Amino acid sequence: MTDLKRVMSGLPLSGLTLAPPQVFGSVRLVPLIRTDNRDDLRLSRRVYPEDFAFVEVDPKTIYASYVPHGLVANWTTDGGAVFGSQLARATKKKDGKSYGQFVTARGLRKMVRREGKTQLRFLPLHVAMEGLLALHFGGPDIAWTEYSHSVMRSGLSPRSEVVAPGEQIAGLDDALRLFEVHDNQVGMIVFVAETLASAFVVPHPDDYTNLHRTLIADFYGELIWQHGFYGTENVVLPDPIEVESINSLADLRREVDCLRSRWAEMNEMMSPALFDRPYHSERIYRFKPFRLERFISDLDPTAENHLGEAIYADDGTLQYLKTYRLSSAQTRRAYLLSQLAGHDWNLAQCADSLGCRKNDLILRLENAGFGYLLHQHILDGARAKERMLLS
Amino acid sequence: MKSASQIRDEFYAAQKEASEREDLVMFINACFAATGQTEYYSGRDRGRVSIDFLHSYVLANYRAVYRRVLAAGVNDFNRARIVMKLLEAGAPNDENDRGEEGRLISETLRSLPANRVFALFNRLRTMKINNRRSRAVVRDYMKSRANPVFDAVKYRTKIRVAARHAHLKLDEEQGQFLFALKSQKRFQSPLFDSFLRAHYSKQAVYELPYSVAEGFSARHEIPRSEFMRKIQPQMTHTEKQRTQSTAGRLGIDPPSVDMTRTPLTKLAIYVMGLSLEERQCRAVELHDSLRVSAARASRKRPVQLGKVAAVLDRSQSTWGTRERRRRPLAVAVAVHYLLAASTDALRTFWTPSRVEQPNSASGSDHVFLIEAGGQTDLASPLLAAIEWQPENIVIISDGYENAPVDATDQIIRVYQQRLARSHAIAFIHANPVFDPDHFSPKPLGRSLTTIGLRDAEDLGASMGFAKFAAGEASQAELETYLGNLAARFIGNHHD
Repeated sequence: MTDLKRVMSGLPLSGLTLAPPQVFGSVRLVPLIRTDNRDDLRLSRRVYPEDFAFVEVDPKTIYASYVPHGLVANWTTDGGAVFGSQLARATKKKDGKSYGQFVTARGLRKMVRREGKTQLRFLPLHVAMEGLLALHFGGPDIAWTEYSHSVMRSGLSPRSEVVAPGEQIAGLDDALRLFEVHDNQVGMIVFVAETLASAFVVPHPDDYTNLHRTLIADFYGELIWQHGFYGTENVVLPDPIEVESINSLADLRREVDCLRSRWAEMNEMMSPALFDRPYHSERIYRFKPFRLERFISDLDPTAENHLGEAIYADDGTLQYLKTYRLSSAQTRRAYLLSQLAGHDWNLAQCADSLGCRKNDLILRLENAGFGYLLHQHILDGARAKERMLLS
Repeated sequence: MKSASQIRDEFYAAQKEASEREDLVMFINACFAATGQTEYYSGRDRGRVSIDFLHSYVLANYRAVYRRVLAAGVNDFNRARIVMKLLEAGAPNDENDRGEEGRLISETLRSLPANRVFALFNRLRTMKINNRRSRAVVRDYMKSRANPVFDAVKYRTKIRVAARHAHLKLDEEQGQFLFALKSQKRFQSPLFDSFLRAHYSKQAVYELPYSVAEGFSARHEIPRSEFMRKIQPQMTHTEKQRTQSTAGRLGIDPPSVDMTRTPLTKLAIYVMGLSLEERQCRAVELHDSLRVSAARASRKRPVQLGKVAAVLDRSQSTWGTRERRRRPLAVAVAVHYLLAASTDALRTFWTPSRVEQPNSASGSDHVFLIEAGGQTDLASPLLAAIEWQPENIVIISDGYENAPVDATDQIIRVYQQRLARSHAIAFIHANPVFDPDHFSPKPLGRSLTTIGLRDAEDLGASMGFAKFAAGEASQAELETYLGNLAARFIGNHHD
């Protein structure tokens, strides 16, 4: 493992306090508070008004998606504060090219693009999502006969995933509109129907107030979209203040502080994926004294899986975070691909390690949406043999 | 020895009494706060459906209480709504009831602002309510108006509708003015004549009331700044107050207005609507006007609370809505001034703010130099207030506590159980916001009483009702209380 890649256990949310949540219908919003904020990294929003965007990831690969905004990072190398004028200029800078008149598109170069000495533009969540889509994107390294010619020629292309924009998640718009932003709030954890939908952290409280509304335009997993319809308002409260132990006002104060810390514990308990799961992290960009990384959890199909991106300072503190909850179908796809790649794309070996028959694996691949990787006669044969076994 | 059936009957009677009392308390509490407008947490339609249901329910089940609520000091929106519902339901059979109801309706209409009454009359038409009593009510109200000519000009369309609907007998000139204006060459009444001439003469526009003249100024394409300068003598006090910032924008002298005459809550809303810089520049002037206005409100309806602490909410939700801009925050500021006018021993504790602003204030501080924003953390100011050891703590909040949820309730319960022996404190929660989902202002918990509050000036009336909201008094006492209020309300104006 090079120093570009590493494995973390949980995300480093140290220094961030989880404040009591605000619940609106099925949506539970947990503010993240930090008191010692640094001024040398700031994020601002750059709006792309077009219907969709295509990003040239490398000369042969295009990433196409709905991209309503990008984020621009401005920083200083000497630890001084970033000027407001710098931020204002950064949001207005010309970026890419706009095409079309009725249906419009924006052409952009690179997911993460340096725009000057101390300015970096990146597309939030798309950096991480591109990582998922690019997973083993090249296709098989060995020309096993089962694989189709087009896969051998051009890899998994085109590879696509479906996500839901925030505005389609029932109740999220109202919840974000009515949410009362805390003092010193730098982030938010979003729960829909008591499952973790997304975590969002920015470097500075002022950035958070400006970027709070972007949460509605960002995308969420299809699982979260379904949960939005199921969810009902739950009242979950930690243990109340202990009446017996109170004999003075100082006791009462102490107990109220305890109550607040019990809320933080409860919030942590409700988001185990953020604190306990292993994450494979990969460095995408280095801009001293910060680094941009993207990460994905270990793709265990039986557990919650998240992917996301983060900016860390050199002292290890988290400055920016955005996560996305994979649906089980997405997890399965990524899991199968990584298992195949782990066995040099040999179907028989891979089936052995997964504890199933080769034909089983072929049908699993087809159900997962990877039927186009294999020759049609391989698929037909597998289906016929499985049917014979069943009858 | 009681038999089993007797015990059962008594039990059910007690249950019935309690649930009836709850219904009534909920209704009256809602009538203090609900306005049928958009709130921060809920839309206008939901609010209207909710309050409308409450009105219909109470009218059908407790008619005597329903009409007497007119005298309980509830807000204008709900009083107009009650009058309409009563007229719709028709007169009661019992002669005494009929007499009382009739007098309550006529007194209520007289105390309501004229625009609300005329809107109500128009609504009678759209609702197709046209019984003998409603026609008589309209007729008597019109008769009681001091200046019918002025009314006919200012509320012409509305009066036209009301006159036609209620078959009013108009005098000749008024009838011609309302229904045959175009065929007239001149009128004897100067105001009618001005209205006629204003159709072609720019000069006559300035003889009309401001709201009517505004339409004509558009017709004659009079420049706004010229119009505003010349119409000033015709403006009412409220109109002058309202056009202060417009005049500033147009670059003309704002109409001179004695701000101390403005009712306290209205003045507070005006002040909180100004930008923070302007409030800072005019701090002394605004502070003095608020104090004078509060002193007048406090003389009219004194609030006696002794040493009192106010815990005020300035979270994001007090920003209000476009329809009720800054209203919850302005009510909090107005309550501060009202309490400061009634006692010297006052301290105000604010919820935490997102910018550097003081967290507590005394009676002489400029409390209006704050902005709405941040979470609703009532626990910290409440603890600070308890530490100061007042006799009373008044909490003004919309009831959506979130940092953390339920802390106020727990603190107050613990205090009452464990610490009240050394120093007793009475807690009360006044809520300026109606919560349509629960048909009442949202409570902060069971350990303290929540009362609805629309204007800060009504604090006294709302507090008078507090012991019923707390469930301490029986339904019979509540009915006596309302009966006395109603008798005084009717008596006041006739003696």
